[in-house]
Amino acid sequence: MSIWKYANPQLFMSWTGKALPYIATLAVITTMTGLIWGFFFTGDDYRMGSTVKIIYIHVPSAMMAINAWIMMLIASLIWLVRRHHVSALAAKAAAPIGLIMTVVALATGAIWGKPMWGAYWAWDPRLTSFLILFLFYVGYMALWEAVENSDTAADLTSVLCLVGSVFALLSRYAVQFWNQGLHQGTSVPLATGERSVADVFFVPLIISMLGFTLMFIALLLLRTRTEVRARRISALQARARLAQ
Amino acid sequence: MIGILKRDLALALRAGGGFGLGLAFFFIVVVLVPFGVGPNSTTLSIIAPGILWIGALLACLLSLDRLFALDFEDGSLDLLATSPLPLEAIVLGKAIAHWLTTGLPLVLLAPVLGVMLNLPTQAYITLLISLSLGTPALSLIGAFGAALTVGLKRGGLLLSLLVLPLYIPTLIYGADSVARAATDQPTTTPLIMVAAITLGCIALLPFAAAAALRSNLR
Repeated sequence: MSIWKYANPQLFMSWTGKALPYIATLAVITTMTGLIWGFFFTGDDYRMGSTVKIIYIHVPSAMMAINAWIMMLIASLIWLVRRHHVSALAAKAAAPIGLIMTVVALATGAIWGKPMWGAYWAWDPRLTSFLILFLFYVGYMALWEAVENSDTAADLTSVLCLVGSVFALLSRYAVQFWNQGLHQGTSVPLATGERSVADVFFVPLIISMLGFTLMFIALLLLRTRTEVRARRISALQARARLAQ
Repeated sequence: MIGILKRDLALALRAGGGFGLGLAFFFIVVVLVPFGVGPNSTTLSIIAPGILWIGALLACLLSLDRLFALDFEDGSLDLLATSPLPLEAIVLGKAIAHWLTTGLPLVLLAPVLGVMLNLPTQAYITLLISLSLGTPALSLIGAFGAALTVGLKRGGLLLSLLVLPLYIPTLIYGADSVARAATDQPTTTPLIMVAAITLGCIALLPFAAAAALRSNLR
């Protein structure tokens, strides 16, 4: 008995089928709580005015854009090492969600940037790193689409994901060297230990970050289940063609 | 590995096309820039480092899809894969051949084009150093991209989509070192970073490219 038995497609389908409704409900409740609390029950910031409320979408989506890539990296490693098909399909399923999160983070950032910095876009290290992350997501998805054999596609995209992660990290530090930023530092005190956001804003922010995480998990399970079913259908079709 | 190198060099030199084409492309891209931004020599000397680097990068990209594709089509890649030489060494040999036929001529041509773009005199040495340090990384990253897309029918566009984001760090440090030299700033840090990227690529990317080739050949 180990955790790997849950990677069996049969078992995966049965436990995710049971867990998905609960996770999805919880995701909806927490996301709505965080967003509604943030939008309607917090005051305006004394410098930023009501634009501060963009933070409840901007920060969680940016966080999930990065976490989705990390999840894809882990799933790709599991595929390369242990050849679990569900793992490869989960990486494939995560990419579009991560791409959307990246776009949401960039778009909300641009909307926020116009009143605060006076420009929608600036070649700031953080913004540029996200743009590069966006390009990596697009390349990754394009490679999945282009390769016909699904096992080869899983292999190639996994290798691309590993190499891409190294280069994404490298680009992140390279752009810091290249230009100094307008973007403020982190608002979430995991790394620094100091909090720069007051509790009034911070509690709903944490709730919406939790909500976005749950939403990502729910969408990921849903999409992976769809991919598993699509794989089954194509296997059945292939079998039917052979029987003829 | 030397054999692969010699074979690829001979093919590139005798079969024609690929060898001169990259250079001509580099030349044309750089020459087009003054038509686009105007002949003002102060403007040109500011943007010259970036233009030279981007031109070199695009010229490198141009010849990449032929790196493995021709051998894949006529089956010689299968023979190479079953030879006693590990696939990693074959990738490295082919990348070196690509650099010798594409990267090195670009490095040698760049100062001439620098004159046309009114690059400040003190930047020429740094331009040569940074390009010769950086272009091997471009060839190796390109070999990885070519290995990923070798089995595809329309791999060319996808190849550029995959490879260009990977070129960003090299481009940033490479162009920045030349821009610093042009304004009399110290250039050691970006040059060291370019060298580090190249060395890292030489150490790691042949393995990634060989893994991609293996699953494409299976």
